[in-house]
Amino acid sequence: MLSKKNKEIIFNPFSKENPVLVQVLGICSTLAVTVSLEPAIVMSVSVIAVLAFSNVIISLIRNTIPPTIRIIVQLVVVAALVIMVQQFLLAYNYDVSKQLSVFIGLIITNCILMGRLEAFAMHNKPWPSFLDGIGNGLGYAMVLVIVGFFRELLGSGSLLGHKVIPQWLYDAGYTDNGLMILPPMALIVVACVIWVQRSRDKELQEK
Amino acid sequence: MEELNLFVKSIFVDNMIFAYFLGMCSYLAVSKNVKTAFGLGVAVTFMLVVTLPLNYLLDTYILQPGALSWLGDDFKEVDLSFLGLIMFIAVIASATQLVEMAVEKFSPSLYNSLGIFLPLIAVNCAILGGALFMQQKDLGSAFTACVYGAGSGIGWLLAIVGLAAIREKLAYSEVPKPLRGIGITFIITGLMGIAFMSFLGIKL
Repeated sequence: MLSKKNKEIIFNPFSKENPVLVQVLGICSTLAVTVSLEPAIVMSVSVIAVLAFSNVIISLIRNTIPPTIRIIVQLVVVAALVIMVQQFLLAYNYDVSKQLSVFIGLIITNCILMGRLEAFAMHNKPWPSFLDGIGNGLGYAMVLVIVGFFRELLGSGSLLGHKVIPQWLYDAGYTDNGLMILPPMALIVVACVIWVQRSRDKELQEK
Repeated sequence: MEELNLFVKSIFVDNMIFAYFLGMCSYLAVSKNVKTAFGLGVAVTFMLVVTLPLNYLLDTYILQPGALSWLGDDFKEVDLSFLGLIMFIAVIASATQLVEMAVEKFSPSLYNSLGIFLPLIAVNCAILGGALFMQQKDLGSAFTACVYGAGSGIGWLLAIVGLAAIREKLAYSEVPKPLRGIGITFIITGLMGIAFMSFLGIKL
């Protein structure tokens, strides 16, 4: 079921071909939804779902799409899937969907989706395309969870809404870093993640 | 007066890049030199000004709950708002194509300077984001939507030109190896964002 090639398709996006850190795609949502961990997780799951299924659908119809209108076909498939995710969230997780506001809708223009559809699903069979969608989605999710974890922990002293920093630490003079909640810090946290990753993997460094 | 306030606010306070991170992908990819950055900025501003009023009319007269009442009493209850996303992206994609053709016909010099950026804009999240924020903000008329589009576009233009100018100078500095390229760009954008936060609370 998982040949060597398919394993590479799934696991490469975690390190060498990470969609966020290396290919620099889908930055908008990475930065915007990571104020705390919960929206980051919900967003990741939504993107994984949309990415995997749009990859499969496009891969199934890849031979019948006329090349001149392929972008519009891709957009329509993605938009239909995103609407399903949006309605699902409105029904079952209303609070988080309010927090994510426009960013669920913006999954449509998430560059990871168009990038994977163009680069992979248009030329591959459905099963590898599905794995590629899952792999890239997980690579994206990994970054979201790391960034969300640190911003929530340092910014508001909690994880998933529960206080984790003990009271005696506050009594000893520790305070939450309010800057972490503000938008600009998201960029700097992502930059730190890139820094760590590229110091470990010298191949990725730019000249 | 209200329009002027909205205009200034959408440039500085609700800046597309620094407050909402919209259009980040092309912002990071196309900010290597000032000239191309400016071209893309102009193209984004232009598309926002064109598509926001269109989407506003679409939203008010077709999509909102009860918006179809101009068709007669039978349609009073119809609520098509769940179709919002797909309609907006369709408007944006087709407007991009139309504008591309029109610009090519009437102003070849502008077409050449915008070059490949026009078609790319269909998937720029700043445009779709503009439409979705407009829906949330309850703007009063198509003209207000136009003003909001112009403001957001100019804010985006400012941000990308500023970053491109800094990155041109950055070529001469000694950046730690792992941070070179994309890492330092993120940090600079973060610092620019902190600077832009000093505009918070401006009111005209």
